[in-house]
Order: sequence, then C-alpha cells, then structure tokens
Amino acid sequence: MNLAATHGFLSPTGVEIAFLLVGLVTLGAAVVTVTTPQLVHAALWLVVALGGLAVEYLLLTAEFIAWVQVLIYVGSVVVLLLFGLMLTRAPIGRSPDADSGNRWAALAVAVAAAAALVWVVVDAFRTTWIDLAGAAAGSTEATGASLFQNWVLPFEALSVLLLAALVGAIVLSRKATTDPVPPPLNSRGVGGGSRPVPDPSNECTGPAEQDGTVPDDGSGPTREPRSDAPPGRGKGALPDDGTGSTPDLNGSVPGVRSGTAPGGGEKPARQEGGTR
Amino acid sequence: MHLTYPAVLSVLLFCTGVYGVLARRNAILVLMSVELMLNAVNLNLVAFDVWLSKAARETLHSGQALTLFTIAVAAAEIGIGLAIVLAVHRNSGTSDIDRLRDTAEGHGDDDPQAPTAAEKAEATA
Amino acid sequence: MTTTTLAVLVPLLPFLGAVAGLLLGRTAPGFVRPLAVLPALAALVVAALVMARQGGGRAVDAATQLTPTGSVPVELALHIDGFAALVAVLVAFVASCVQIYSTGYLRDDPRYASYAALVSLFTSAMLLVVYSGDLIVLLVGWEVMGICSYFLVGHYWETPEARAASTKAFLVTKLGDVPFLIGLFALATDTGSFRITTILGTVATGGLDHPTVIALLLLAGVAGKSAQFPLHTWLPDAMAGPTPVSALIHAATMVAAGVYFVARLLPVFEASRAAMVVLAVMAAVTMIGSGLAALAQDDIKRVLAYSTIGQLGYMTGALAVGDRGAAVFHLLSHGAFKALLFLAAGAVIHAAGTNSLAAMSRMGHLRDRVPDAFWTMTVALLALAAIPPFSGFFSKESVLGAAEHVATGHTEHAPGAAGWTVLLAGLLAALLTAAYATRLWLLAFRGRGAEVPDHGRQPLSMTVVLWVLAVPSLALGGVAYRSLPGWFASPDLAPTLTTSVLGTGVALVGGIVTYAAWWHTTAYATRIPLGAVAAHPEGDAGQVEAEAIASHRAAYGDLSSAPDPADPGRLLLGPLFRPAAAGFHLDAVYAALFVRPVQAAARLVRFLDREVVETYVRGAAAVPRLLGAAVRRAQTGNVQTYVSALLAGTVVLAVAALLVATGA
Repeated sequence: MNLAATHGFLSPTGVEIAFLLVGLVTLGAAVVTVTTPQLVHAALWLVVALGGLAVEYLLLTAEFIAWVQVLIYVGSVVVLLLFGLMLTRAPIGRSPDADSGNRWAALAVAVAAAAALVWVVVDAFRTTWIDLAGAAAGSTEATGASLFQNWVLPFEALSVLLLAALVGAIVLSRKATTDPVPPPLNSRGVGGGSRPVPDPSNECTGPAEQDGTVPDDGSGPTREPRSDAPPGRGKGALPDDGTGSTPDLNGSVPGVRSGTAPGGGEKPARQEGGTR
Repeated sequence: MHLTYPAVLSVLLFCTGVYGVLARRNAILVLMSVELMLNAVNLNLVAFDVWLSKAARETLHSGQALTLFTIAVAAAEIGIGLAIVLAVHRNSGTSDIDRLRDTAEGHGDDDPQAPTAAEKAEATA
Repeated sequence: MTTTTLAVLVPLLPFLGAVAGLLLGRTAPGFVRPLAVLPALAALVVAALVMARQGGGRAVDAATQLTPTGSVPVELALHIDGFAALVAVLVAFVASCVQIYSTGYLRDDPRYASYAALVSLFTSAMLLVVYSGDLIVLLVGWEVMGICSYFLVGHYWETPEARAASTKAFLVTKLGDVPFLIGLFALATDTGSFRITTILGTVATGGLDHPTVIALLLLAGVAGKSAQFPLHTWLPDAMAGPTPVSALIHAATMVAAGVYFVARLLPVFEASRAAMVVLAVMAAVTMIGSGLAALAQDDIKRVLAYSTIGQLGYMTGALAVGDRGAAVFHLLSHGAFKALLFLAAGAVIHAAGTNSLAAMSRMGHLRDRVPDAFWTMTVALLALAAIPPFSGFFSKESVLGAAEHVATGHTEHAPGAAGWTVLLAGLLAALLTAAYATRLWLLAFRGRGAEVPDHGRQPLSMTVVLWVLAVPSLALGGVAYRSLPGWFASPDLAPTLTTSVLGTGVALVGGIVTYAAWWHTTAYATRIPLGAVAAHPEGDAGQVEAEAIASHRAAYGDLSSAPDPADPGRLLLGPLFRPAAAGFHLDAVYAALFVRPVQAAARLVRFLDREVVETYVRGAAAVPRLLGAAVRRAQTGNVQTYVSALLAGTVVLAVAALLVATGA
C-alpha cells in the first residue's frame, strides 16, 4: 500500500509499459476476433489474443501458467476450434452475416458492463501495488509445490472431469447408430446407379457442397420424371455422414415413390421419418 | 505494477467476450468468445494471486491453481461444446445460433399462432 | 300398535309405494299396479283405524326431535284431532279410488309407472300435511304436493297445453308459497315454536304480536294452494292433466290443503279481524266469479274446475265466519262428490271422444253409452247443487247457517260484515252452482243428434269406483251432520230452516231458469253443426282425453269456450259470457302485471349480460391477449437475445447494488 503511494500512474515502470503495450495488442486482437467477418481469421486472431495473454502472464511472473496457456490454448483449443469451423463447413472468406442482428444490443450490454466494471475495479484497486521484485510468484516450482501439496485432491477430481468430457465428446460426435441403413441402400438400388456413392468423402464435404459438385448420380438419364434435384441430392447426401438434413430426406421420398420399386422404397422412408 | 492494469485489461477482455457471445452468429465463434471470457478471468486470477502471494497474505497459490483448473475445464468445455455444435449442425443443417429457434413459440410465424392463442383464451375464459 | 305408530304408517305406506314404484317401474312392470293400489288401500284401512281409535276425543300428539335446528326447534310431530282423522280418511279414500280408476283409465299409457308413483307420493304428502303437528313438516308435504302436481298436470307433456298448464300451476302456487313461508317464519318467531299445539296455546293467551301480517302472509299461500281469488287461475288450466289427477289433486286433496291449513290454525286468523274480512271478501269474490265462469266454460272439466274453486270458496267463507266445523264438513262432502264428478267426467269424455260440451250437446244417447257415469254423475251434480237430501245440501247449509249465525251477531269470533258477505255471496253462488250443474247435465246427457259410436263398456275398475264414490255423495251429509260436531268440537251443523229454504230455493230457481234457457236455445243445436272427436276413440281413456285437450283450441278457437249459440249459458250471462269464458281476463291481467314485466326484466338482464358484462369480460380477455401477443414477440427462440436481456439485467442490478452499497 505504501509502495503504491510512491508509484503514481503518471510515472510508469518499464514492466508497466510493456504490460500496457502487450495488453493493447491483446485487446485489439480480441476485438478483431469478435468482429471480423472472416470466421477463420477470427480463430487466428484468437491465437494472437491468447498468446498476448501468455505474455501478460509472463510479465506477472507466472511463467508456468504462461506456458500452459501457450500449450493448451494456442496449441490445442484453437486447433480444435479450427476443426470445428471446418467440420461445420464454415465459409472461407468474408461472410457478411457473421454477426447476428443482435449486435447493437450486444454492444450496448458489453459497453455498459465494461463501464460499470472498469469503474468499480479502478475505484477499488487504484492504490493497490503488486511488488514484482524477488522470487517469481508463479515459478514452476512454486506452482507445482502448491498444486501437489494443497490442491492435489481437486487436481485428481479434475482428471475425472476431463475423462468424462472426453467420453461425452465422443458420444456426442458419433453418428447415431440407430440410423437405419436401408433407405440409402434402397434408394441407391432404385436409382440404379452403378457407381456407389463414396462414403468417406462425405465426411468432409457434406450435402451442401455435394449439391453443387455431384451432378446427378446417373439417375437423371434413366428417369425422366425425376429430373428434379432433391432425389439425387438425397441419395448422395444420406448414407454415412449423417449430416443430411430433413429436407434432403423428404426429397428422396417422392423420388422413390415414383420409381420402379414403390413397395421397397416407401417403408424405410417412413422409418427414417420416425427416427427423426 | 499497479493491480489496476491487469484488472482493467481483464475487464475489457471479458466485455469483449461478452460482446462476442451476444453478437456472433456462428456457434463456434460464440465458443471462441467464451474462451476470451475465460481467459479474462484467468488473467484476473493470476494477477490477484501474484499480488496476494507477494503481500504474503496467501501462500496456497490458489489463484494459479484455479487458473490451471480453469484452463483444464475450458479445454473440456471446448471439446464438449464443439461436439454439441457438430451434432446440432448435423441435425438441423446449420450452426447459426439465431436460426436454432426450436424453443420459440409456434414456428416464428404470427398468423398461425393467432387463432390458437385466441382459442386458448376462449377455452380458459 | 299404538295410534301413533298407525298414524305414522298412514303417510309412510304410500311413500314406500311411490319409491318402490319408481324403482321397479321399468324393470318389473307387473308390480306397478299392485304397488299403486295396495299402499293406498292399506293407508285407507290404517287411516280408518286411526280415526276409530281417535274417535273424536282428545287429540293424539306425538313429537320427536331428530336434531337441534337452531333457535326455533323443528320436530317430527303428529297432531291428530277429529279434523285430521277424518280428512285423512277422505284423502286415503279418494286416493284409493283414483288409483283403482287410473289402472283402467291409463291402462295403455307407457308412463303409467311414474304416474302411479307420483300419485302415491302425492297422497303421502297430503297425508303428511293432514297429520303433521309441526309447520315445517307440514310445509314439506305442502311443497311435495306442489311438485307432484307439476309433474302430474304435465303428464301429457307432448301437448303444449299441458306443458304451459304445469308450469303455470307451479309458478302460481309458488307465488303464494313465498309469502306463506315468510308467514310461517313470522308465526314461529312470534310464538317461538313450529308446533301447532304450542302456537295455538300461545295464540289463545294473546301472545301473537303481528296477527294481521302473519294471517295475510299465510293467506297468500292458502289462496295459491286452494285456488282462491286472485291466485286461482292455475286450477282451470290444470285440467290439461289426466282426469284422475284432476279428481285427486284439484278436487279432493291438494286444493283442500289450504282450507285444511286455515282450519287448523283458525285461532291465528281469528286474532286478526282484518284477516277475517279479507278471507270473507276473498271467498265471496271466488264463489261468485267462479260460478259465472263455470257457466261459460265449454270444456266439461273446466266447468268442474271452476266449480271446485267455487266450493272451496264456500269452505273459505265458512272459515271467514269462524266455523271450521262447517268448512271441514263441506271439504269432506265436496271431496267425495267432486272426485266422483271428475271421474265420471273422465268416463264421459272417453265415451264421447271429446271434452267439449258443445260437441256433446250434439250427440244422442251418450247417457246410454255410459249408464254408470250418467247415474253417478247425476247424484254428484245434485249434491253439488245442494239439493236435499244429498250430502252437498247438508254441508252447504252448515256453511250458510254459520254465516247467518255470524251475520245476525251471535258470535264474537268473526265480524258481522264477514258474515253478511259470506251469506249473500253464498246464496248467489248457490244459484249459480245450480245453474251450471244443470247446464252441464243438460248439455252432456240430453244432447240430440247423431248417435255416439259405441266403443264398448268402460273398464270395471272405472265404473265400480264411480258407484263406490256415489255412496258418500248420496248419504254422507245426512249421516254426518249429527255426529260431526262431536268430532270437531264445534257448534251444531244441522241445517237451519231459514238458510235451508233460501238455499234450496235459489238452487231450484237456478236449475229451472237454466232448464228454461236450455229449452229455448237447444233448437239451435241441430241447426249449427259443431264438434270434433278424438282420432283414436278405441284407445284408452287417457289417450282420448289427451287428444281431446290438444284438439280443443284447434277445433273451437279457444281453450275454454266454444262458439256455440245453443249454449244456455250464453243466454243466461248475456254480455258477461265472453269475459266469463275467459276467466274474466285475469290471465291477461297477470300477463300485464307479472309476466310482461318479468320478461322485460329478463330481456334487460340478457341485454346487460350480453352487451355490458360481456364487454367487460371480452375486454378483460382482450387486454391479456394483447399483452400476451406482445410478450410472445419476445419469445423469438433466439438464445442470444435472451442472454443479452439477462446480462443487461445483471448489469443494471449490479450497478444498482453498487450504488446502494456505496450510499450514492
């Protein structure tokens, strides 16, 4: 406290200047992260923001935390996020509708919250001084000693949590096994396409893109009444990635019905509808 | 170092995250914003831990321990969150949050609701 | 068994019969007839036993209190004096006759089971009224009779006349019952008890604080039940019910309940001279008005209905001059011969296929088709017209004698004005009674024209009953006038010379004048054909009667009169004929006084309800609906909006909490 009195805001130390500069970069990167219209860029700017935070940890002498930050956040979380973006077929490049119509309300809430918090924090801690001299407060040794002496039980509980999260993530991201196989098989047979739809490719592309890329599965030439796109799309999209949306499915039903094997086509389609 | 600096930075990062959560349309971007908020909290924890351990008031390093826990929980959260987003995307074909309106009353259309609402009012009247 | 037990059995037996009849009516139709007739006969036997045991001596009193009922206790009480014992025998007798008669009269009726059960229930209620020593218990029987009357009058509910008549009977009697109930409460408050004995004891010591108010309130109920002016209008319309119902309810028992009630509580009425005068005026107006109306009716049963009203007027008149012995004497003899008249009229209607006197006057040999009805009806009409030595003569002379007694100032009970009113009105009514009795007899049995088709003999159950009833009509008066004073503890009921000569004289005059008029007008009858007969003359009597009632308005243009120039009543009444046929337009007065205001009020209420109250209700519904629509708009399903609102609220709350904490 008495130290704080001797250190005014107008005479910053070198650490403070460095902290401020890195903090500005971090904040700027964070702001860009939440505002950029390019989704992948958002993830990359997030890397900058999280890295900046790691530097801030270092400046606060918490070195172990800083490296953990770099390892976990920059190394894995952002990579995971990028995978997520790609798996959901986020558009590459500018997407003008990256922000929802809620943005002005969000801005108002955020600014109000920031104002209130800044006011409170500054008002409460303007005289508080962190003495960074001496042994590092967050050295690996100190942190490890604390973690495995005082916090060992929560640490172990955390490992259980991680295990549960792992299992949960696997369960959630697995394709539902109750999805009946017949409809795609059947429709493929009905379509008469000699070329089986390549299953693995759907993992990455998904039906949305396949609409454009896969022309007609060879059903077009043989079936005049089925010149409409949905049947073809349904056949291509359905089988294995499981991301086929409901319209696709429904689209396949009239195709099957108008086809040569009405008895075989209708029933599975109904089953499919039941599982939804 | 003044405690104010990390604290204010933490606040600003947090509010940026809040903005992102509220304004972003893509669910994965929302998750990123959540990460920002978590990191803001982490910064706060570390700063206060450093201050308190230097002032010898607290020797457990609870701030740093909690930061580690937070990081671990955040990692778990991002895994689960991404899995959920993928499942949602698989089911409804989109990961735009403002299009996932299954909890909305009716189907977003006011006209078919009006008679049903009127019927309900009649029934309860 | 003690007399009390027997007396309890008297109302209980028909009640059990009614319950059993209602329960078994559908499942075991074979039991319905025994269940209808046997309880009534058993009740008659038991009532006769009770009468024999009571013997006109000290009144039998018994009471038990089931449960405390507040300030004024209600007790299940019996009070059997000479009046009660005799009236109960009459009721049970007439009820038995009616039940037996009904088995023939309604032999093919699909609703006979419920009909018979209701008649039993009605009998039970009337016996309860007769024996009850507690006014609340009496009121129970009183109201049960009202509702049974409603159902029985509406027995032919397929016809609009029956529906309207049953509703009217119910509403009009209720109009009197409301003041009656208030009067009972006032009486109980004044005397501190519902027990008749206690009340009479209190009255004897002058403990009644508001005698006039109580008496007038009670009179309203009596007028409603006993069909006295101005609440008599339901009775002629109630003839839309089956004839046995008319005989039981509207001649012998239910209408007698009002008279019987006044007779029981006569000291209460005597405590107020004003009430006695009102009673006398009521009786006089009723007697004369009903006599005139009876002369103009075309429906044979409506003639009898007005005749009932008139005879009840005699009883009321006797009560107005403070002689309840005479009143109950007339009640007994009238009950016998009026039941006979109605039952015989039912047979006549069945044979003729019509209830219209105008149509009957154009039929030949009707008397040969129903000889039993003809002879018994002749006896009953002579009794009605008070020709010696038939029973009506003695009872009517006792009434006139009592009135004369009072008029000449020999008693202190009743004001002399009441005596004069009753005496003069009674003499005039005797003239009218004889006139309409003669008219009825002449038109029904002396018709000329096409012969009545023969539908076979009446069922034995119907004819036997007629002869059974003819016995008391013929002989009751002569036997009873000597012994009854002992039962009633009342002054001598023997006819006095003056009134006998006067009464018989005016009756003869009435009869002869009517005969002369009929002789004069009967020539028209052959010239102007008129009449309609029932579509199914081979059906049972009930069906024929229902068709006759339903077709009367269509055939003759009116429910009560027919455009028949051969009607001697038309000649006798002259310009009075039309209003008399319409009951002196009292119904129109009621319509103007009560029905239309009530309907207007109902319309107003409906308007208020639909337009005013509903508007508020709709408004109350519309505002939340609008609010709900507005709120629903917020329920977009967009999670981000929700979270935005949540966080905004959090910020606001946090700031507010801070401001409060810092004392700003």
